[in-house]
Amino acid sequence: MSAEQVLGEVAKDAAFYAASGGGMTVSGGEPLLQADFTAALLAGAKRQGFHTALDTCGFASWETVDAVRRDVDVFLYDVKLLDDARHRAFTGVTNVPILSNLRALCAAGHRVVLRVPVIPGVNDDAGNLAALAAFGAGLPHLAGVDLLPYHHIGADKYARLDRAYPMPDTAPPSAERMTEIARFLGEHGLPVGTGPGR
Amino acid sequence: MMTERVRRLRRESLEARPAISTERAELVTAFYREHEGRLSPPLLRASCFAHLMAHQTVWIGPDDLIVGEKGPAPKATPTYPELCCHSLADLDLLDSREKIPFAVSPQARGVYEREIIPFWRGRSQREHLFAAMTDEWKAAYEAGVFTEFMEQRAPGHTVLDDKIYHRGMRAVVADIDRRLADLERTADPDALMTMPRQDELHAMRICAEALIRFAERHAERARELAATERDPARRAELERVAEVCTRVPAEAPRDFHEALQAYWFVHLGVTTELNTWDAFSPGRLDQHLAPFYARGLADGSLTRGRAEELLQCLWIKFNNQPAPPKVGVTAAESGTYTDFAQIGFGGLTREGRDGTNDVTYLLLEVTEEMRLLQPSASVQVSAASPDALLRRAARIIRTGFGQPSLFNADRIVEELVRQGKSLEDARCGGSSGCVEVGAFGKENYNLTGYFNLPKVLELALHDGVDPRTGRRLGPATGDPRGFAGFDDLFAAFERQLRHLVDVKVRGNDVIERLYASRMPAPFLSLLIDDCVARGRDYHSGGARYNTTYIQGVGVGTITDCLSALKHHVYDERTLTMDALLAALDTDFAGAERLRLMLVNRTPRYGNDDDRADALMRRVFEAYFAAVDGRPNTKGGRYAINLLPTTVHVYFGSVLGASADGRHAGKPLSEGISPVQGADRHGPTAVMRSAAKLDHGRTGGTLLNQKFTPALLADDAGLEGLVKLVRGYFALGGHHVQFNVVDAATLRDAQAHPEEHRDLIVRVAGYSDYFCDLGRSLQDEIIERTEHASI
Repeated sequence: MSAEQVLGEVAKDAAFYAASGGGMTVSGGEPLLQADFTAALLAGAKRQGFHTALDTCGFASWETVDAVRRDVDVFLYDVKLLDDARHRAFTGVTNVPILSNLRALCAAGHRVVLRVPVIPGVNDDAGNLAALAAFGAGLPHLAGVDLLPYHHIGADKYARLDRAYPMPDTAPPSAERMTEIARFLGEHGLPVGTGPGR
Repeated sequence: MMTERVRRLRRESLEARPAISTERAELVTAFYREHEGRLSPPLLRASCFAHLMAHQTVWIGPDDLIVGEKGPAPKATPTYPELCCHSLADLDLLDSREKIPFAVSPQARGVYEREIIPFWRGRSQREHLFAAMTDEWKAAYEAGVFTEFMEQRAPGHTVLDDKIYHRGMRAVVADIDRRLADLERTADPDALMTMPRQDELHAMRICAEALIRFAERHAERARELAATERDPARRAELERVAEVCTRVPAEAPRDFHEALQAYWFVHLGVTTELNTWDAFSPGRLDQHLAPFYARGLADGSLTRGRAEELLQCLWIKFNNQPAPPKVGVTAAESGTYTDFAQIGFGGLTREGRDGTNDVTYLLLEVTEEMRLLQPSASVQVSAASPDALLRRAARIIRTGFGQPSLFNADRIVEELVRQGKSLEDARCGGSSGCVEVGAFGKENYNLTGYFNLPKVLELALHDGVDPRTGRRLGPATGDPRGFAGFDDLFAAFERQLRHLVDVKVRGNDVIERLYASRMPAPFLSLLIDDCVARGRDYHSGGARYNTTYIQGVGVGTITDCLSALKHHVYDERTLTMDALLAALDTDFAGAERLRLMLVNRTPRYGNDDDRADALMRRVFEAYFAAVDGRPNTKGGRYAINLLPTTVHVYFGSVLGASADGRHAGKPLSEGISPVQGADRHGPTAVMRSAAKLDHGRTGGTLLNQKFTPALLADDAGLEGLVKLVRGYFALGGHHVQFNVVDAATLRDAQAHPEEHRDLIVRVAGYSDYFCDLGRSLQDEIIERTEHASI
C-alpha cells in the first residue's frame, strides 16, 4: 500500500474528524522503523488539515524523530523502564536514545503524552515508579500520562501463531493497584489518567 | 426526582396486565345497530364518537393528576370491531400467547361470541377491504411481497402542532359555524363531491362538542370523588382536576397543567375515534410547553418539580395504553405493546433557530427517570443545537434502554421542503412513529405497508414465480441463466419492482377511498389544517399536505445479493448462474463452501466499499423511481421511506436462501443498517455507506448501531458518541439509534428472562422489552454487530 492509498482511507472519515477534532494516529509495531513512510503519511495528513498523532516507543535516532516531528500534533510516547540495564533485559535495547529524544521533544515544546504499560513484576516496583516520577517531573509541559494495565489479550494471538507466550503467569494489575500508582505519580506532579487519553 | 405518587403510578402501570375491554366494542355495536344506514358516514362516525364520549367509563385513579384512559381502567384495551373484528380464535390466541398477551375474561369472550362477532360478520372495514382487492394483490400480499397497514388499523398517522394550546374546542366550533354560514351564502363548486361539506362540517362540530362533554364527565367524576375524599390534600387535587377538566379542551389552556390535560384529552379522542396507525403524539412538546412553563415559574404558580411530576403523570398515561391488539396473521409481523408515540425534543423553531429550551432538558430528565416503553423520546439535532443537548441525550442512551433516538433536524426540513411543504411548515414538522417525517398539525401522512425488496429480486431470479409456492406473482422476465450480463438482471428486477409497486398502489387507491367513504375521521379532522377550512375530512384530502408512503425493507440484504451476483457470476465468473440458483433452491445443501464464499468474498454494504454501495444506490434509485411522485387519492403524492419496525423478520421468513449467503427463512437486514455482521470496518464506515443513500429524497431512514456499555462508560466515550452523530448528520444521515448492551447480557436475558424483565433494547424505530421479543428477534439483536471502538 502506498502512503497515498492509506491517506485516501484516512480522508474517508473527514466528516467525523471535523466533528470531533480527531484525525490520524500512526502506530505500529514501531512506525519510526519505517521512517520515510511514516513521514509521508504525517506530512500528507497535515496537508489535508487532519490532526495527527504518533504512537512510538521513541527508539530511533534524533535525526529520524526530527524529520517527522513538525507534522506531529501529539506524541503518544512509551516509557517502560528508567533503569537502562533492566530496559535492555526486557526489551533488548538501551533506553538512552528513548529518554534523550523525549527530553528534546518536550524541550522543543511538542505536545507529548507518556504511555506507561504497568506490568506487574517488571516495571511496577517502587524504584522504577520513583525514577519515572522524577524523570517526568523534569519534563516541561507534559500533556498527560496514561497508565495502561498489562493484559492477556495477546495470548490468543501467540497461540494462533504457534508461539510460546512468554509471560503466562503475569496477572493484570488490580484496579486498586492502578489507582495507587496513579495517585503516587500524581502526587509528584504528573498529569495522570488511567486509560487511553489525549 | 420521582415523587412517591409517581413511583406508585409507575409501578401500577408496569404491573397492570393488558386485558381486552369490550366496552368500546359494545357501545359501537349498539350504536351501529340503531343508526347505521340512517346517517351519512361522517355523521354516523361523529355520532358514534359522541356516543362513546358520553358513555365510556370515566376512570380517575387515586393518584392521578392527569386524567383519562382509553379503556375503563389502565391497560384495559379497547377494540375496534367496525375496523377489524377479533374472532374467538384471535381472542384465545391473545389470551394464551406467551409474548404480548392480552387477558380475555370469559365474560369478554362471551360478549364477543354473542354480540360483537355476529353483528360485524361481513361488515367490518377489513372484510370490505379484502373483498375489494384483486387476486393479483392478494397473491403478492400472501406471498409477503408487501404488507398492508390499513387492513386492520385506520390510517391516521399524524402528529399535532401547537394549535390546541392557543385555541379551545369552542373556538373551533365557531370556525365551523362560520364555515357553514359561508356555504349557505355561496354555491359550493364541489357540491357534487361524494360527501357534502355540510355533513363533514356538522360531523366535526359534533366531535368537538363530544370531547368537551368527555372532559366535563371527568370534571363531574373528580367532584364526586372530592366530595367523599377525607385527605384534604387529595381533595384539593381533585378539585383542581375538576377545574382543569372544566376549562380544557373547551377553552385554551391557561397553565402548564391545563396544557398537558388538553393534549391528553385530544390524544384520547383521536385514538378512540379510530385505531389509527399510529403514533399520534404532541410533537414538539418542549416548544409547546415553554410559554406555560416560563409563565408558571414567573408568577409562582409552578415549580420545576411540579412541572416534572405533571409530565411524569402524562408519561404514565401514554404507557397505560397498549397498542390495539392485532387479528389474524398480522400478529406475526409486529409483536409489541408499544404504539410508536414518539415525542421529539430540540430541533428548530418556526424561524429556523435552535428550538432547545428549559423544557427540553426537563423532558429528557423525565425520559431518563421514567424508563418506560411509551412514549418514546427522540432528540432532533440541528447544526444549531448545542453539544450540551447531544451530551445530555448520550448520557441517557448509555443507560441502555434505546432512547432517545437521534434525528437530523436540518435534513428533515430538506426532506419536507422537497415534498412541497412551505419552509415554516417544514421547520415545525419533524419525525414521528419510527423515523417518518411529517408537517405536524398539517399533514395526513400514511405508511401503507412494507415492501420486501429482496423478495422482488427473488422473483427476478425465478421469472416472476415465487419459488416457495410456485405461484406467479410478477411478469415473466426470463430465465436468468439466459441473461447476457448484470444489467439484464437488474432490468428484470426493475420490471418486477414496477409491476409489484403498481399492484400495491392500485390496492392503496381502493383502500384510501374505502376509508374516505366508510370511515371518515371527523374528530381528527378538527386538529389537522385545513380540514375545517376546506370542509373536507382528513381521509378525503382535507389536510394541507397528503403523503402516502411505502416503506422499503431489506436494503442491506438486497445490496449484498446483487453484489454477490455481480461479483461472482458476472465480473469474476467464479460461479455460474445455474450453480448459484441450484444452491439457493436447495438452501445451500452440501454447498457450505459456496455459501461461505458468498458471505466472505463479496463486497458488502456497510464498509464504505463503492463496489457494493453503488449497487445500494442503484436499488434506491429504482425504488424511488417506482414510487415517488405518484398521485394518491387525496390530492397528494407518494414517497418512500426505509424502515422495517420488525417486519424484516417476517419478510425473511418468506424468502428462500439468498445470494448473500443468507439461509432460507432468516431475517433480512433491518432499516438501512448493513446485513447483521457484514460490516467489518467500524461504525464510521457503516455511516459512510449509509450516507451514500440520498436521505433527502426519502421521508425517513433508520440506522441501528449497537455499543457495549463499557464503550460509553467514560466522558471520552460519551464525547465520541456525540461526535459520531455529528459526523453522520454532517454527511446527510436522517436518523441513528443506539443499543447499548453487551451480548453476554442479552444471552443471559434469553436464558433467564425473569432476571431481565426491565431490559429495554432498541428494536427498530422503537424500544421494547427484550424478554417480550420473539426468539428469532432476540437472536438477531444479539447478532447485530457489536462495535468494539468508535
